[in-house]
Amino acid sequence: MADAFDVIVIGSGPGGYVTAIRASQLGMSVAIIERTELGGICLNWGCIPTKALLKSGEMYEALGHLGDYGLSVEKRSFDFSAVIARSRKVAAQLNAGVTFLMKKHKIEVVVGTARLEKGQGAPTVVVGARKLTARHVILATGARARTIPTIGLEADGERIWTYREALVPKAAPKTMVVIGSGAIGMEFASFYRALGSEVTVIEMLPRILPVEDEEVSRAAHKAFEKRGIKFRVGAAVKKLGKTKAGVALQIEAGGMAETLEADVCIVAVGIVGNVEEMGLEDLGVKIDRTHIVTDSHGGTGVPGLYAIGDVAGPPWLAHKASHEGVHCIEHIAGLKPSNLTSPIPGCTYTNPQIASVGLTEAQAREQGLEPKVGRFPFKVNGKAIASGETDGFVKTVFDGKTGALIGAHMVGHEVTEMIQGYALAMTLEATEEDIQATVFPHPTMSEAMHESALDAYGKVLHI
Amino acid sequence: MTDILMPALSPTMEEGTLAKWHVKVGDTVSSGDVIAEIETDKATMEVEAVDEGVVEALLVAEGTEGVKVNATIARLAGEGGAAAPSPTPKTETPAAKAPEPVKAEAPKPAPPTPAPQSAAAPARAPEGDRIFASPLARRIAEQKGVDLGSVSGSGPHGRIIKADIEAARPGQTKAAAPSAAPVVSTPASTAPRQVQSLEQMGIAPGSYDLIPLDGMRKTVARRMTDSFRDVPHFPLSVDIELDELLAARTKINAMLEKQGVKVSVNDMVIKAAAVALMRVPEANASYTPEGIAMHHHADIAMAVAVPGGLITPIIRSAETKGLAQIATEAKDLAERARTRKLKPDEFQGGTFSVSNLGMFGIKSFASIINEPQGAILSVGAGEKRPVVRGNELAIATVMTVTLTCDHRVVDGATGARWLAAFKPLLEDPITLIV
Repeated sequence: MADAFDVIVIGSGPGGYVTAIRASQLGMSVAIIERTELGGICLNWGCIPTKALLKSGEMYEALGHLGDYGLSVEKRSFDFSAVIARSRKVAAQLNAGVTFLMKKHKIEVVVGTARLEKGQGAPTVVVGARKLTARHVILATGARARTIPTIGLEADGERIWTYREALVPKAAPKTMVVIGSGAIGMEFASFYRALGSEVTVIEMLPRILPVEDEEVSRAAHKAFEKRGIKFRVGAAVKKLGKTKAGVALQIEAGGMAETLEADVCIVAVGIVGNVEEMGLEDLGVKIDRTHIVTDSHGGTGVPGLYAIGDVAGPPWLAHKASHEGVHCIEHIAGLKPSNLTSPIPGCTYTNPQIASVGLTEAQAREQGLEPKVGRFPFKVNGKAIASGETDGFVKTVFDGKTGALIGAHMVGHEVTEMIQGYALAMTLEATEEDIQATVFPHPTMSEAMHESALDAYGKVLHI
Repeated sequence: MTDILMPALSPTMEEGTLAKWHVKVGDTVSSGDVIAEIETDKATMEVEAVDEGVVEALLVAEGTEGVKVNATIARLAGEGGAAAPSPTPKTETPAAKAPEPVKAEAPKPAPPTPAPQSAAAPARAPEGDRIFASPLARRIAEQKGVDLGSVSGSGPHGRIIKADIEAARPGQTKAAAPSAAPVVSTPASTAPRQVQSLEQMGIAPGSYDLIPLDGMRKTVARRMTDSFRDVPHFPLSVDIELDELLAARTKINAMLEKQGVKVSVNDMVIKAAAVALMRVPEANASYTPEGIAMHHHADIAMAVAVPGGLITPIIRSAETKGLAQIATEAKDLAERARTRKLKPDEFQGGTFSVSNLGMFGIKSFASIINEPQGAILSVGAGEKRPVVRGNELAIATVMTVTLTCDHRVVDGATGARWLAAFKPLLEDPITLIV
């Protein structure tokens, strides 16, 4: 019975492959099915290669103000194809890493597209001519860029890009329009702007990074504008069309129609779950718009069938997928898995970076809480001043009644490396006292995290 | 592979301390080998292997407190399904001292028995050790008036988290079983009161030795503090003439001499208390938030002083037992109490207590209620005293007994009725037979 397993995982992104490893660690026989590359979007076409590009962009940008540090360089320049090549090399290295991990944990990798059929117990997984059976089948098929063909928001691979094309162009465009100011749109805007492209970002909602705290949106907007990114907020896209040399985008903002022309357009208007053509409907899997409806352990309601990660709904984040996957498999194994309600931080690797966890101040008020809010700007933080990285601030939101930390929001240099401190505090159910009583090392930018928590209670020291 | 699970030393035990491993990884064990020692606050038990195999892993370190029943504590490599090892009473006394020369009938007041455990496992070790709770859980518990000791933790390693407190009732007490007396909750209701240090109170460091609190001491401290603070108690005293009883006892003991049984005054007190409880069943009762629990039998707990504290072994259904049997059982229980060989079900769950300090010459005293019992009898010394008969002074052997009552179940009149039933049983002991 070579095709019978304890667990079959469909999709090998950060949700799927982590789930497979954990299942193997728990003594289960595991197969993982992948139609393209091990590691999924995250490390082939998402999180990782974009970070490689952004690092190149950030370093190039830094070369532009070396004088601030008493340094100089004859003439800064870049080789765009080498920048892209590095990004691909990084992705390839991690892809090989996942391949190694699958082998190490004796996970059978099945290349192909999976289809589910009603089986005895859990559904049978059909891949090409093979019929695989397992006691538990976990869907981790992920998501892809949302497109809106009716108004032209659809990649053509040439001048209209999704994240995928934007990762491997032949040259940096002179002018670029980015539709959507979420994390994906802003990261590409930040990268291409750093390399000199004229970038305009279109956002339908009244502010950029609309899932972030309003103050974060405002500060980020300002910082990006300072770097030369232009914005149109509250702007509805009417039509995206191609011109001889590039694209023409018709938008409407505040009752005013406008047409923007650019060499290239990146479409970053959200993502949709990969739920099609797997036979989910026939099995009776409940699908809400484009994601699978699951219970608190990833169960779909169909015996033996689970869903985790992007395909199971937002937030569409790699670490959320891994967390859900581990929870799901540990639950299957009868262990008491870690808390699925742990707060999930979100990070945007623009320059400056954005990081947040928990509730925004507005969300806290909507929930009827009376938040106590603290803020601390990096412009008075010693390490930030010494580093010349004074953009941004740290904002903390506490429940005024219990003192629980319920949200934290940061804009600034490398804040994505700091947010875990607050995530840990929230997971441990820390109150303001615990954060205030924690000793933060000096001089670090993290001192602003301490000061923000002090500020919420009127005890800030350095303002 | 066989998992070795934390055994329950009694039906109500939920957690205990893994005191000592007798095996190490790689050892081969066979059925019946002693592999570990488990301690509750009152007893130390040995855990025997049920299956054969090689010890693959010891999953709980020696000295770990609050190990939940049925938690996997070790793993054997070998065939066979999971099986809980059977505990057997252990003979070793942790405080390996010779038993103090206290007579079998030498109890002390304020006898504790471990709190009846509720179905949910409190996040606290039975010794009243540190409670693991998140900072937020602690704060919300304080705001809501929830006793952390009453809450079972659902977080990692049984840690109490916010959701557990939100699910808890304000004023919830540690025992949900109907035999529990409710504890009016204050934030510090079970945690040790924050007191000033000895130094702050003017006692110089170095001028004393500090003896660490052991499990028994902590249990005594916690249960007595809870009871004295939370149970509305009052004492009722009465004098009892003993001459007839002493005469009867002499006869009885002469009769029993061949069997090697010697009945003590305390044994007769226990018997009389049990009979009186049957005659005034309202005194054989426990207050619970759901109602008054009227106990079917008189399970008499007798306080026994042991090295380092005291323990209250129980004569079950004492109303059904003859004096010889009570004397035999009481002697056996007291002896095993002093060597900590009692099984938990031998000291948990009495319905009434008797504490006797007569042998120390104490004239009268009022014990602290032993929750969830409704009353406790404190027995003073029998001594010759002047008594008035008619208009004459006479000499009689008299002892003073004091009944401490939980006013929530035993009102003054009820307590008085019980004493009125109890007293003639001793003054005219032939009635004990009827």
